[in-house]
Amino acid sequence: MPQSIPLEYYLALSGVIFCIGAIGVLTRRNAIMIFMCIELMLNAVNLTLVSFSSYLGDTAGQIFVFFVMTVAAAEAAVGLAIMLALFRTKQTVYVDDANLMRW
Amino acid sequence: MNLATGAFFVFAAGAIATAILMITRKNAIPAALCLIAHFFCLSGLYLTLQAQLLATMQILVYAGAIMVLVVFVIMLLNLGEEAKHAKASQLRPLAVVVFVGILALQLLALLMGQQSAYTELPPKASLVGSVGELGRVLYTDYLFPFEAVSLLLLAAVVGAVVIAKRQLDN
Repeated sequence: MPQSIPLEYYLALSGVIFCIGAIGVLTRRNAIMIFMCIELMLNAVNLTLVSFSSYLGDTAGQIFVFFVMTVAAAEAAVGLAIMLALFRTKQTVYVDDANLMRW
Repeated sequence: MNLATGAFFVFAAGAIATAILMITRKNAIPAALCLIAHFFCLSGLYLTLQAQLLATMQILVYAGAIMVLVVFVIMLLNLGEEAKHAKASQLRPLAVVVFVGILALQLLALLMGQQSAYTELPPKASLVGSVGELGRVLYTDYLFPFEAVSLLLLAAVVGAVVIAKRQLDN
């Protein structure tokens, strides 16, 4: 057991969380579940940025996380509005049923 | 083993456990609650990295604002359990295998590689993550992106209202 946590531990943790999120996106069919898995992946990347920023003593990474959070909030607003519009027109939130533009 | 090291392992285990619980829930509401617990674990991890401002923002913005919106939409759509579809793609298990393989390779490269120079936080890490320092940098060096992102938020709010509103004219 190490006395202090090396940077690699944070990177490994963030890789594990990112892959869990990616597997969620690929296996779930509910659009809201896919949306939440995308949030999981965004947060894994945020963890990488924050850990590099702290270990290198550079503020740029944490500022970047600040902007990622803002973009995630904007994405949440627009994405959930799209889901409401989809539910209103097709009465479903399953991505397999929204196949109008699929070839 | 000191307190910070123990906190890392507790929060890391919590983050992985809640993430796995989240993607395996059938219902959307328990999944959303698991995701909120995951955000709290991540906030704890940010605290072990001395990023106080981001730890607070994580709870305020993610666990507060975004997840309230998600839970609100789930209840509005009245979603039940995920229905079993016959036409689920055959490629999905393959995708899972591919991702787990990539992850295993990454972890192997990361943990079997040479010892890194970054084994502990530098003393100025607590200064970097403080509200004062981040605020100073945000309002000086990153002033233009800061203003641009406010425009983005405005566009997103207007777009969300336009997409989600009912067609009143017909």
